[in-house]
Amino acid sequence: MTEQPTNFTIEQFYKNISQKKLMAGKCLKCGKIHLPPRPLCDKCLSTGFEWVELPQNGKLLTYTIIHVAPPQFQNMTPYAVGIVQLENSVKIPGMIKDVPLDKIKVGMSLKMEFEEPQQPQQTQWPQWPRYYFRPS
Amino acid sequence: MKGKPLASIVSAGLSKFGRLEGLYAREIFAQAAKEAYERCPKLDPKRDIKALFIGHMGESYEHQGHTGATAADWAGLLHIPATRTEAACSSSGAALRAAIFTIASGLCDVVMAGGVEKMTHRSTSEVTEFLAMASDFPFEQWHGITFPGLFALMATAHMHKYGTTEAQLAHVAVKNHYNGSLNPKAHMQKEIALEQALSSRVIAWPLKLFDCSLITDGASCLILTKPEIAKKYTDTPVHIIGSGQASDTIGMYEREDFTSLRAAKLAAKQAYEMAGVKPEEIDVAEVHDCFTIAEIIAYEDLGFCKPGEGGKLAEKGETSLKGRIPVNTSGGLKAKGHPVGATGTAQAYEIYLQLTGQAGKRQVADAEIGLTHNVGGSGATATVHIYKRG
Repeated sequence: MTEQPTNFTIEQFYKNISQKKLMAGKCLKCGKIHLPPRPLCDKCLSTGFEWVELPQNGKLLTYTIIHVAPPQFQNMTPYAVGIVQLENSVKIPGMIKDVPLDKIKVGMSLKMEFEEPQQPQQTQWPQWPRYYFRPS
Repeated sequence: MKGKPLASIVSAGLSKFGRLEGLYAREIFAQAAKEAYERCPKLDPKRDIKALFIGHMGESYEHQGHTGATAADWAGLLHIPATRTEAACSSSGAALRAAIFTIASGLCDVVMAGGVEKMTHRSTSEVTEFLAMASDFPFEQWHGITFPGLFALMATAHMHKYGTTEAQLAHVAVKNHYNGSLNPKAHMQKEIALEQALSSRVIAWPLKLFDCSLITDGASCLILTKPEIAKKYTDTPVHIIGSGQASDTIGMYEREDFTSLRAAKLAAKQAYEMAGVKPEEIDVAEVHDCFTIAEIIAYEDLGFCKPGEGGKLAEKGETSLKGRIPVNTSGGLKAKGHPVGATGTAQAYEIYLQLTGQAGKRQVADAEIGLTHNVGGSGATATVHIYKRG
Protein backbone atom coordinates (compact mmCIF):
# COMPACT_ATOMS: atom_id res chain seq x y z
CA MET A 1 0.00 0.00 0.00
CA THR A 2 1.49 3.32 -0.97
CA GLU A 3 1.44 6.02 1.65
CA GLN A 4 -0.81 8.93 0.89
CA PRO A 5 0.21 12.44 1.91
CA THR A 6 -1.70 13.40 5.04
CA ASN A 7 -2.80 16.59 6.70
CA PHE A 8 -1.72 17.54 10.17
CA THR A 9 -5.21 17.34 11.64
CA ILE A 10 -7.05 15.88 14.62
CA GLU A 11 -8.90 13.60 12.20
CA GLN A 12 -5.59 12.19 11.01
CA PHE A 13 -4.34 11.86 14.61
CA TYR A 14 -7.26 9.56 15.34
CA LYS A 15 -6.77 7.64 12.09
CA ASN A 16 -3.27 6.92 13.36
CA ILE A 17 -4.67 5.87 16.74
CA SER A 18 -6.86 3.35 14.91
CA GLN A 19 -3.58 1.92 13.58
CA LYS A 20 -2.34 1.81 17.22
CA LYS A 21 0.15 4.55 16.54
CA LEU A 22 0.57 7.66 18.70
CA MET A 23 1.73 10.25 16.19
CA ALA A 24 2.33 13.98 16.58
CA GLY A 25 3.27 16.76 14.19
CA LYS A 26 6.79 18.17 14.54
CA CYS A 27 7.41 21.67 13.23
CA LEU A 28 10.22 21.57 10.65
CA LYS A 29 11.25 25.11 11.50
CA CYS A 30 11.25 25.39 15.30
CA GLY A 31 11.01 21.72 16.29
CA LYS A 32 7.94 22.08 18.51
CA ILE A 33 6.01 18.83 18.80
CA HIS A 34 2.26 19.34 18.47
CA LEU A 35 -0.19 16.98 20.09
CA PRO A 36 -2.72 17.22 18.59
CA PRO A 37 -1.11 18.08 15.26
CA ARG A 38 -2.04 21.50 13.88
CA PRO A 39 -1.83 23.17 10.47
CA LEU A 40 -0.12 26.30 11.83
CA CYS A 41 2.67 26.20 14.41
CA ASP A 42 1.56 28.35 17.35
CA LYS A 43 5.18 29.03 18.30
CA CYS A 44 6.73 30.15 14.98
CA LEU A 45 3.68 30.31 12.64
CA SER A 46 5.32 27.91 10.20
CA THR A 47 3.21 25.46 8.19
CA GLY A 48 5.78 22.73 7.51
CA PHE A 49 5.57 19.57 9.65
CA GLU A 50 6.68 15.98 9.80
CA TRP A 51 5.02 13.09 11.64
CA VAL A 52 6.89 11.73 14.65
CA GLU A 53 5.88 8.70 16.66
CA LEU A 54 5.65 9.41 20.39
CA PRO A 55 6.60 7.09 23.22
CA GLN A 56 3.57 5.30 24.70
CA ASN A 57 4.93 5.30 28.25
CA GLY A 58 4.71 8.14 30.69
CA LYS A 59 4.01 9.33 34.22
CA LEU A 60 0.71 10.46 35.72
CA LEU A 61 0.77 14.21 36.47
CA THR A 62 -2.70 14.52 37.97
CA TYR A 63 -5.98 12.60 38.01
CA THR A 64 -9.60 12.56 39.13
CA ILE A 65 -12.28 9.94 39.67
CA ILE A 66 -15.43 10.88 37.78
CA HIS A 67 -18.66 9.98 39.58
CA VAL A 68 -21.10 12.21 37.68
CA ALA A 69 -20.75 11.84 33.93
CA PRO A 70 -22.57 12.94 30.81
CA PRO A 71 -25.03 10.43 29.28
CA GLN A 72 -22.54 8.60 27.06
CA PHE A 73 -20.23 7.78 29.99
CA GLN A 74 -22.82 7.24 32.72
CA ASN A 75 -22.63 3.45 32.67
CA MET A 76 -18.85 3.57 33.32
CA THR A 77 -18.89 5.59 36.57
CA PRO A 78 -16.85 5.77 38.70
CA TYR A 79 -13.92 5.94 36.33
CA ALA A 80 -10.47 7.55 36.43
CA VAL A 81 -9.09 10.12 34.01
CA GLY A 82 -5.75 11.82 34.20
CA ILE A 83 -3.10 13.82 32.39
CA VAL A 84 -0.03 11.82 31.43
CA GLN A 85 3.38 13.23 30.61
CA LEU A 86 4.95 11.00 28.00
CA GLU A 87 8.64 10.14 28.10
CA ASN A 88 9.38 12.94 25.63
CA SER A 89 7.50 15.37 27.94
CA VAL A 90 4.44 15.87 25.71
CA LYS A 91 1.21 15.81 27.77
CA ILE A 92 -1.98 13.96 26.88
CA PRO A 93 -5.19 13.27 28.81
CA GLY A 94 -6.93 9.92 28.92
CA MET A 95 -8.79 7.35 30.97
CA ILE A 96 -6.86 5.12 33.36
CA LYS A 97 -8.06 1.53 33.39
CA ASP A 98 -7.07 -1.92 34.66
CA VAL A 99 -6.15 -0.65 38.13
CA PRO A 100 -8.19 -0.36 41.36
CA LEU A 101 -9.20 3.31 41.67
CA ASP A 102 -7.63 3.63 45.13
CA LYS A 103 -4.26 2.47 43.78
CA ILE A 104 -3.93 5.39 41.39
CA LYS A 105 -1.23 7.82 42.47
CA VAL A 106 0.36 10.97 41.04
CA GLY A 107 3.71 9.98 39.55
CA MET A 108 2.81 6.37 38.72
CA SER A 109 4.09 4.90 35.44
CA LEU A 110 1.46 4.30 32.78
CA LYS A 111 1.38 2.83 29.30
CA MET A 112 -0.98 3.65 26.47
CA GLU A 113 -3.36 0.99 25.20
CA PHE A 114 -5.74 1.13 22.26
CA GLU A 115 -9.37 0.13 22.21
CA GLU A 116 -10.52 -1.98 19.32
CA PRO A 117 -12.28 0.26 16.78
CA GLN A 118 -16.07 -0.04 16.92
CA GLN A 119 -18.29 -0.71 13.98
CA PRO A 120 -18.90 2.68 12.41
CA GLN A 121 -22.43 3.96 12.62
CA GLN A 122 -22.99 6.24 9.71
CA THR A 123 -25.14 8.74 11.52
CA GLN A 124 -22.67 9.43 14.28
CA TRP A 125 -19.93 12.00 14.42
CA PRO A 126 -17.18 11.65 15.32
CA GLN A 127 -15.93 8.11 14.80
CA TRP A 128 -12.63 8.50 16.59
CA PRO A 129 -11.17 5.41 18.24
CA ARG A 130 -10.19 5.69 21.88
CA TYR A 131 -6.92 5.08 23.65
CA TYR A 132 -6.46 4.76 27.40
CA PHE A 133 -3.72 4.22 29.96
CA ARG A 134 -2.91 1.31 32.27
CA PRO A 135 -0.12 0.72 34.77
CA SER A 136 3.11 -0.29 33.04
CA MET B 1 -3.30 57.55 32.82
CA LYS B 2 -3.45 55.12 35.71
CA GLY B 3 -6.73 54.91 37.52
CA LYS B 4 -8.63 56.98 34.98
CA PRO B 5 -12.23 55.78 34.74
CA LEU B 6 -12.90 53.83 31.54
CA ALA B 7 -16.65 53.73 32.02
CA SER B 8 -19.05 54.18 34.92
CA ILE B 9 -21.80 51.97 36.26
CA VAL B 10 -24.86 54.13 36.94
CA SER B 11 -27.26 51.27 37.59
CA ALA B 12 -27.44 47.50 37.85
CA GLY B 13 -30.03 44.77 38.02
CA LEU B 14 -30.17 41.15 39.05
CA SER B 15 -33.00 38.65 38.74
CA LYS B 16 -33.68 36.27 41.56
CA PHE B 17 -31.12 33.45 41.27
CA GLY B 18 -32.41 29.92 41.69
CA ARG B 19 -34.74 27.42 40.16
CA LEU B 20 -37.04 29.70 38.18
CA GLU B 21 -39.59 27.21 36.93
CA GLY B 22 -41.70 28.08 33.94
CA LEU B 23 -39.56 31.04 32.91
CA TYR B 24 -37.66 31.42 29.69
CA ALA B 25 -34.21 33.07 29.61
CA ARG B 26 -35.50 36.24 27.96
CA GLU B 27 -38.15 36.62 30.67
CA ILE B 28 -35.52 36.31 33.38
CA PHE B 29 -33.39 38.92 31.65
CA ALA B 30 -36.38 41.27 31.66
CA GLN B 31 -36.43 41.00 35.50
CA ALA B 32 -32.82 42.14 35.71
CA ALA B 33 -33.41 44.99 33.25
CA LYS B 34 -36.47 46.16 35.19
CA GLU B 35 -34.49 46.43 38.41
CA ALA B 36 -31.77 48.43 36.65
CA TYR B 37 -34.36 50.82 35.21
CA GLU B 38 -36.09 51.32 38.57
CA ARG B 39 -32.81 51.92 40.33
CA CYS B 40 -32.01 54.83 38.00
CA PRO B 41 -35.08 57.05 37.54
CA LYS B 42 -33.09 59.75 35.77
CA LEU B 43 -32.37 57.35 32.93
CA ASP B 44 -34.83 56.94 30.09
CA PRO B 45 -33.84 53.47 28.85
CA LYS B 46 -35.51 53.76 25.45
CA ARG B 47 -33.97 57.14 24.79
CA ASP B 48 -30.56 56.76 26.41
CA ILE B 49 -29.30 53.16 26.03
CA LYS B 50 -27.58 52.88 22.67
CA ALA B 51 -26.25 49.31 22.62
CA LEU B 52 -26.54 45.96 24.43
CA PHE B 53 -23.94 43.26 24.90
CA ILE B 54 -25.18 40.08 26.53
CA GLY B 55 -23.29 37.02 27.72
CA HIS B 56 -24.96 33.67 27.11
CA MET B 57 -23.16 30.38 26.93
CA GLY B 58 -25.40 27.68 25.56
CA GLU B 59 -28.10 27.32 22.94
CA SER B 60 -28.64 23.73 24.03
CA TYR B 61 -30.60 24.53 27.19
CA GLU B 62 -33.56 26.15 25.45
CA HIS B 63 -32.93 25.43 21.77
CA GLN B 64 -32.36 29.14 21.49
CA GLY B 65 -29.45 31.09 20.14
CA HIS B 66 -29.42 34.67 18.85
CA THR B 67 -29.62 35.99 22.37
CA GLY B 68 -28.60 39.58 21.58
CA ALA B 69 -31.71 40.65 19.72
CA THR B 70 -33.98 38.52 21.89
CA ALA B 71 -32.70 40.10 25.10
CA ALA B 72 -32.90 43.62 23.64
CA ASP B 73 -36.51 43.00 22.67
CA TRP B 74 -37.56 41.61 26.06
CA ALA B 75 -35.73 44.45 27.83
CA GLY B 76 -37.78 46.90 25.80
CA LEU B 77 -34.79 48.20 23.90
CA LEU B 78 -35.56 47.50 20.26
CA HIS B 79 -34.05 48.57 17.85
CA ILE B 80 -30.62 49.19 19.39
CA PRO B 81 -27.65 47.12 18.20
CA ALA B 82 -27.55 44.01 20.39
CA THR B 83 -24.82 41.42 20.35
CA ARG B 84 -24.25 38.21 22.25
CA THR B 85 -20.78 37.56 23.62
CA GLU B 86 -19.71 34.00 24.30
CA ALA B 87 -16.67 33.00 26.31
CA ALA B 88 -18.13 30.08 28.26
CA CYS B 89 -18.51 31.04 31.95
CA SER B 90 -16.84 34.37 31.23
CA SER B 91 -19.43 35.34 28.62
CA SER B 92 -20.74 38.38 30.47
CA GLY B 93 -17.25 39.38 31.62
CA ALA B 94 -16.62 39.65 27.89
CA ALA B 95 -19.91 41.57 27.47
CA LEU B 96 -18.70 44.06 30.06
CA ARG B 97 -15.41 44.46 28.16
CA ALA B 98 -17.32 45.04 24.92
CA ALA B 99 -19.46 47.70 26.61
CA ILE B 100 -16.34 49.42 27.97
CA PHE B 101 -14.76 49.42 24.49
CA THR B 102 -17.92 50.84 22.98
CA ILE B 103 -17.99 53.69 25.48
CA ALA B 104 -14.22 54.31 25.38
CA SER B 105 -14.33 54.51 21.58
CA GLY B 106 -16.74 57.40 21.85
CA LEU B 107 -19.31 55.54 19.78
CA CYS B 108 -21.99 55.37 22.49
CA ASP B 109 -22.49 57.25 25.76
CA VAL B 110 -24.78 54.73 27.47
CA VAL B 111 -24.55 50.96 27.03
CA MET B 112 -26.10 47.96 28.75
CA ALA B 113 -24.00 44.88 29.50
CA GLY B 114 -25.57 41.76 30.91
CA GLY B 115 -25.91 38.03 30.85
CA VAL B 116 -28.40 35.22 31.21
CA GLU B 117 -28.68 31.44 31.45
CA LYS B 118 -31.64 29.13 32.06
CA MET B 119 -30.38 25.73 33.17
CA THR B 120 -32.45 24.01 35.84
CA HIS B 121 -35.13 22.53 33.58
CA ARG B 122 -32.46 20.11 32.27
CA SER B 123 -31.21 16.96 34.01
CA THR B 124 -27.85 17.05 35.80
CA SER B 125 -26.46 14.68 33.19
CA GLU B 126 -27.54 16.97 30.35
CA VAL B 127 -26.15 20.05 32.10
CA THR B 128 -22.89 18.15 32.65
CA GLU B 129 -22.75 17.53 28.91
CA PHE B 130 -23.58 21.13 27.98
CA LEU B 131 -21.08 22.63 30.42
CA ALA B 132 -18.36 20.34 29.10
CA MET B 133 -18.71 22.11 25.75
CA ALA B 134 -16.63 24.90 27.30
CA SER B 135 -13.71 22.45 27.34
CA ASP B 136 -11.80 20.73 24.56
CA PHE B 137 -13.94 18.15 22.75
CA PRO B 138 -11.50 15.85 20.92
CA PHE B 139 -9.18 15.18 23.87
CA GLU B 140 -11.04 16.09 27.06
CA GLN B 141 -14.75 15.48 26.52
CA TRP B 142 -14.08 12.57 24.18
CA HIS B 143 -12.17 10.76 26.91
CA GLY B 144 -14.82 11.27 29.57
CA ILE B 145 -13.39 14.33 31.31
CA THR B 146 -16.25 16.37 32.69
CA PHE B 147 -16.18 20.03 33.60
CA PRO B 148 -15.93 19.32 37.35
CA GLY B 149 -13.31 16.77 36.29
CA LEU B 150 -11.06 19.49 34.89
CA PHE B 151 -11.11 21.43 38.15
CA ALA B 152 -10.65 18.17 40.04
CA LEU B 153 -7.46 17.64 38.01
CA MET B 154 -6.32 21.09 39.20
CA ALA B 155 -7.29 20.23 42.78
CA THR B 156 -5.30 16.99 42.74
CA ALA B 157 -2.29 18.86 41.32
CA HIS B 158 -2.64 21.66 43.92
CA MET B 159 -2.92 19.17 46.76
CA HIS B 160 0.08 17.23 45.49
CA LYS B 161 2.26 20.31 44.99
CA TYR B 162 1.28 22.41 48.01
CA GLY B 163 -0.41 20.06 50.44
CA THR B 164 -3.78 21.78 50.09
CA THR B 165 -6.43 19.74 51.91
CA GLU B 166 -10.01 18.74 51.23
CA ALA B 167 -10.91 20.53 54.47
CA GLN B 168 -9.42 23.78 53.15
CA LEU B 169 -11.58 23.41 50.03
CA ALA B 170 -14.59 22.87 52.27
CA HIS B 171 -13.80 26.09 54.17
CA VAL B 172 -14.43 28.01 50.93
CA ALA B 173 -17.85 26.36 50.62
CA VAL B 174 -18.76 27.08 54.25
CA LYS B 175 -17.77 30.76 53.89
CA ASN B 176 -19.67 31.25 50.64
CA HIS B 177 -22.78 29.54 51.96
CA TYR B 178 -22.67 31.83 55.01
CA ASN B 179 -22.46 34.86 52.71
CA GLY B 180 -25.25 33.45 50.56
CA SER B 181 -27.44 33.20 53.68
CA LEU B 182 -27.24 37.01 53.88
CA ASN B 183 -28.16 37.55 50.22
CA PRO B 184 -31.91 37.51 49.53
CA LYS B 185 -31.30 36.86 45.84
CA ALA B 186 -28.96 33.89 46.35
CA HIS B 187 -30.02 30.45 45.12
CA MET B 188 -28.98 28.82 48.43
CA GLN B 189 -29.59 30.93 51.51
CA LYS B 190 -28.61 28.51 54.23
CA GLU B 191 -25.39 27.93 56.07
CA ILE B 192 -23.60 24.61 55.88
CA ALA B 193 -21.23 22.92 58.33
CA LEU B 194 -17.69 21.90 57.43
CA GLU B 195 -18.50 18.25 58.11
CA GLN B 196 -21.54 18.44 55.84
CA ALA B 197 -19.37 19.71 52.98
CA LEU B 198 -16.71 17.07 53.58
CA SER B 199 -19.18 14.21 53.70
CA SER B 200 -21.21 15.21 50.65
CA ARG B 201 -21.25 12.84 47.69
CA VAL B 202 -18.32 12.76 45.30
CA ILE B 203 -18.80 14.44 41.91
CA ALA B 204 -15.23 14.23 40.59
CA TRP B 205 -12.81 13.26 43.34
CA PRO B 206 -11.45 15.18 45.22
CA LEU B 207 -14.39 17.49 44.51
CA LYS B 208 -17.65 16.73 46.26
CA LEU B 209 -21.12 18.15 45.84
CA PHE B 210 -20.41 21.11 48.14
CA ASP B 211 -17.21 21.93 46.23
CA CYS B 212 -19.29 22.60 43.13
CA SER B 213 -21.22 25.72 42.19
CA LEU B 214 -24.93 25.43 41.61
CA ILE B 215 -26.91 24.81 38.47
CA THR B 216 -28.96 27.98 38.55
CA ASP B 217 -31.26 30.16 36.47
CA GLY B 218 -30.62 33.88 36.47
CA ALA B 219 -29.80 37.10 34.70
CA SER B 220 -27.82 40.23 35.45
CA CYS B 221 -27.21 43.60 33.86
CA LEU B 222 -25.29 46.83 34.27
CA ILE B 223 -25.95 50.23 32.75
CA LEU B 224 -22.69 51.93 31.90
CA THR B 225 -21.99 55.45 30.79
CA LYS B 226 -19.13 57.60 29.70
CA PRO B 227 -17.52 58.70 33.02
CA GLU B 228 -18.04 62.41 32.33
CA ILE B 229 -21.84 62.07 32.26
CA ALA B 230 -22.31 59.50 35.04
CA LYS B 231 -23.39 62.11 37.61
CA LYS B 232 -26.20 63.15 35.29
CA TYR B 233 -27.84 59.81 36.10
CA THR B 234 -26.80 59.11 39.69
CA ASP B 235 -25.01 60.68 42.65
CA THR B 236 -23.28 57.37 43.37
CA PRO B 237 -21.68 55.96 40.23
CA VAL B 238 -19.05 53.23 40.35
CA HIS B 239 -16.14 53.78 38.01
CA ILE B 240 -14.41 50.94 36.21
CA ILE B 241 -10.71 51.82 36.40
CA GLY B 242 -9.10 48.60 35.21
CA SER B 243 -10.05 45.94 32.68
CA GLY B 244 -8.08 42.88 31.61
CA GLN B 245 -8.77 39.85 29.50
CA ALA B 246 -6.54 37.01 28.34
CA SER B 247 -6.77 33.63 26.63
CA ASP B 248 -5.10 30.26 27.06
CA THR B 249 -5.17 26.81 25.46
CA ILE B 250 -8.64 25.26 25.26
CA GLY B 251 -7.10 21.96 26.33
CA MET B 252 -6.09 22.21 29.97
CA TYR B 253 -3.65 19.35 29.49
CA GLU B 254 -1.48 21.50 27.19
CA ARG B 255 -0.64 24.02 29.93
CA GLU B 256 2.62 24.15 31.82
CA ASP B 257 1.05 24.42 35.25
CA PHE B 258 -2.20 22.91 36.52
CA THR B 259 -2.14 24.83 39.83
CA SER B 260 -2.66 28.31 38.41
CA LEU B 261 -4.62 29.91 35.55
CA ARG B 262 -2.26 31.84 33.35
CA ALA B 263 -5.06 33.73 31.60
CA ALA B 264 -6.34 34.95 34.97
CA LYS B 265 -2.87 36.07 36.05
CA LEU B 266 -2.38 37.95 32.77
CA ALA B 267 -5.84 39.55 32.92
CA ALA B 268 -5.21 40.59 36.53
CA LYS B 269 -1.85 42.12 35.64
CA GLN B 270 -3.46 44.20 32.89
CA ALA B 271 -6.27 45.35 35.18
CA TYR B 272 -4.01 46.18 38.15
CA GLU B 273 -1.62 48.13 35.93
CA MET B 274 -4.41 50.05 34.23
CA ALA B 275 -6.01 50.88 37.57
CA GLY B 276 -2.74 51.69 39.31
CA VAL B 277 -3.92 49.49 42.16
CA LYS B 278 -2.12 46.77 44.12
CA PRO B 279 -3.75 43.55 45.33
CA GLU B 280 -3.54 44.72 48.95
CA GLU B 281 -5.62 47.79 48.10
CA ILE B 282 -8.66 45.71 47.08
CA ASP B 283 -11.41 46.07 49.71
CA VAL B 284 -13.81 43.45 48.34
CA ALA B 285 -13.66 40.91 45.50
CA GLU B 286 -15.98 38.58 43.64
CA VAL B 287 -13.99 35.68 42.21
CA HIS B 288 -14.96 32.81 39.97
CA ASP B 289 -15.60 29.98 42.46
CA CYS B 290 -17.16 27.56 39.99
CA PHE B 291 -15.45 25.02 42.24
CA THR B 292 -13.87 25.62 45.66
CA ILE B 293 -10.40 24.93 44.25
CA ALA B 294 -10.99 27.69 41.69
CA GLU B 295 -11.45 30.22 44.49
CA ILE B 296 -8.23 29.08 46.16
CA ILE B 297 -6.34 29.36 42.88
CA ALA B 298 -7.96 32.78 42.31
CA TYR B 299 -6.53 34.09 45.62
CA GLU B 300 -3.09 33.13 44.37
CA ASP B 301 -3.51 34.34 40.78
CA LEU B 302 -4.85 37.70 41.99
CA GLY B 303 -1.99 38.19 44.44
CA PHE B 304 -4.12 38.04 47.61
CA CYS B 305 -1.55 35.51 48.86
CA LYS B 306 1.52 33.67 47.59
CA PRO B 307 1.21 30.62 45.31
CA GLY B 308 0.31 27.60 47.41
CA GLU B 309 -1.09 29.59 50.33
CA GLY B 310 -4.67 29.89 49.08
CA GLY B 311 -5.89 26.97 51.15
CA LYS B 312 -4.52 28.51 54.35
CA LEU B 313 -6.06 31.89 53.48
CA ALA B 314 -9.49 30.26 53.35
CA GLU B 315 -8.88 28.19 56.47
CA LYS B 316 -7.81 31.22 58.52
CA GLY B 317 -10.94 33.13 57.53
CA GLU B 318 -9.00 35.97 55.92
CA THR B 319 -11.43 36.05 53.00
CA SER B 320 -14.57 35.92 55.13
CA LEU B 321 -16.84 38.95 55.55
CA LYS B 322 -14.88 40.23 58.54
CA GLY B 323 -11.53 39.12 57.19
CA ARG B 324 -8.62 41.02 55.67
CA ILE B 325 -9.98 40.74 52.12
CA PRO B 326 -13.63 39.65 51.93
CA VAL B 327 -14.19 37.45 48.86
CA ASN B 328 -17.53 36.46 47.36
CA THR B 329 -19.71 38.43 49.73
CA SER B 330 -22.66 37.60 47.45
CA GLY B 331 -22.25 33.91 48.22
CA GLY B 332 -20.31 33.47 45.00
CA LEU B 333 -21.10 30.97 42.30
CA LYS B 334 -21.15 28.44 45.12
CA ALA B 335 -24.21 29.74 46.99
CA LYS B 336 -25.60 32.66 45.01
CA GLY B 337 -25.52 30.32 42.01
CA HIS B 338 -23.90 30.12 38.60
CA PRO B 339 -26.22 30.80 35.67
CA VAL B 340 -23.19 30.64 33.44
CA GLY B 341 -23.75 33.51 31.02
CA ALA B 342 -25.03 35.80 33.80
CA THR B 343 -22.12 35.33 36.18
CA GLY B 344 -19.66 37.99 35.01
CA THR B 345 -22.04 40.91 35.28
CA ALA B 346 -23.64 39.40 38.40
CA GLN B 347 -20.22 39.66 40.05
CA ALA B 348 -20.05 43.31 38.95
CA TYR B 349 -23.58 43.82 40.37
CA GLU B 350 -22.36 42.70 43.80
CA ILE B 351 -19.34 45.00 43.66
CA TYR B 352 -21.66 47.84 42.57
CA LEU B 353 -23.82 47.19 45.66
CA GLN B 354 -20.77 47.00 47.93
CA LEU B 355 -19.19 50.22 46.66
CA THR B 356 -22.47 52.13 46.88
CA GLY B 357 -23.32 50.86 50.37
CA GLN B 358 -26.33 48.84 49.26
CA ALA B 359 -25.18 45.33 50.22
CA GLY B 360 -27.36 45.07 53.32
CA LYS B 361 -26.32 42.49 55.92
CA ARG B 362 -23.25 41.54 53.93
CA GLN B 363 -21.97 45.10 53.49
CA VAL B 364 -18.19 45.48 53.80
CA ALA B 365 -17.56 48.66 55.81
CA ASP B 366 -16.27 51.58 53.77
CA ALA B 367 -15.48 49.56 50.65
CA GLU B 368 -13.90 51.83 48.07
CA ILE B 369 -12.09 49.56 45.60
CA GLY B 370 -13.48 46.27 44.31
CA LEU B 371 -12.44 43.55 41.88
CA THR B 372 -14.17 40.90 39.80
CA HIS B 373 -12.49 37.79 38.38
CA ASN B 374 -14.48 35.80 35.83
CA VAL B 375 -13.11 32.62 34.27
CA GLY B 376 -14.31 30.86 31.14
CA GLY B 377 -14.09 27.09 30.89
CA SER B 378 -11.07 25.62 32.61
CA GLY B 379 -9.25 28.92 32.16
CA ALA B 380 -9.05 29.44 28.41
CA THR B 381 -10.62 32.86 29.01
CA ALA B 382 -10.35 35.16 32.00
CA THR B 383 -11.61 38.68 32.53
CA VAL B 384 -10.66 40.86 35.52
CA HIS B 385 -12.15 44.25 36.32
CA ILE B 386 -11.32 46.79 39.00
CA TYR B 387 -13.90 49.25 40.31
CA LYS B 388 -13.74 52.43 42.36
CA ARG B 389 -16.44 54.25 44.26
CA GLY B 390 -17.34 57.40 42.32
